[in-house]
Amino acid sequence: MVHFTAEEKAAITGLWGRVNVEEAGGEALGRLLVVYPWTQRFFDNFGNLSSPSAIMGNPKVKAHGKKVLTSFGDAVKNMDNLKGAFAKLSELHCDKLHVDPENFRLLGNVLVIILASHFGREFTPELQAAWQKLVAGVATALAHKYH
Amino acid sequence: MVLSPADKTNVKGTWSKIGNHSAEYGAEALERMFINFPSTKTYFSHFDLGHGSAQIKGHGKKVADALTKAVGHIDNLPDALSELSDLHAHKLRVDPVNFKLLSHCLLVTLALHLPADFTPSVHASLDKFLASVSTVLTSKYR
Repeated sequence: MVHFTAEEKAAITGLWGRVNVEEAGGEALGRLLVVYPWTQRFFDNFGNLSSPSAIMGNPKVKAHGKKVLTSFGDAVKNMDNLKGAFAKLSELHCDKLHVDPENFRLLGNVLVIILASHFGREFTPELQAAWQKLVAGVATALAHKYH
Repeated sequence: MVLSPADKTNVKGTWSKIGNHSAEYGAEALERMFINFPSTKTYFSHFDLGHGSAQIKGHGKKVADALTKAVGHIDNLPDALSELSDLHAHKLRVDPVNFKLLSHCLLVTLALHLPADFTPSVHASLDKFLASVSTVLTSKYR
């Protein structure tokens, strides 16, 4: 089980408080679909995903991105029990959505990259490390109930 | 995976924006990799890996210069990187998983320093470019 020090928790929470979840969510999901186009396989009913600008401007992408990142906020609030916090979502992603857990790792890394672009030099290697831990923990938690 | 003309334009454009910061960014990417993915340090037991280490700076420049060469020969990466490919296959034998880790840290570093230029399309092109370089460097492993 992943363990966060008090410093890591404070660093993560501090940064999260300054993230515009709606915007960042749309950007994260959008970039996932642009950079790794095969991830579009889950979103056939999202309409126009034919180009980077179509994807980034797509209202369904933005809405779903916001949903996903809002849920990620639960991770920030439950760093000591990610598996518990994401148990139901894990079942959903396995049984109903059939999402390969590798996609959680891809999205997590895209999120880290977005944080770097937003926060610049403030996103030190150590702060990045705390976030890499969190995104890896969330990916593992979301894959935990897979069978 | 093939680099499109647009990908090549994006990569060359990014490299010209990097300018003479390439060594600095190379070192930063390495430092981030060592801190974020400690298993990567196993290949550098002979290095001082402390912050600001001269060895990391030197190695960052090496990595950056190799990437700059790759950008300059983007139409023929296997030829341009042939010697480095031999080196990684027969001498260094870095497990292929590590190329993704360094590539990720390179993207983080570039996103951080060039946020306005790091559009989704450029992000995609750079990811593809680094994956192509990684593939060439591991192409002679077995």
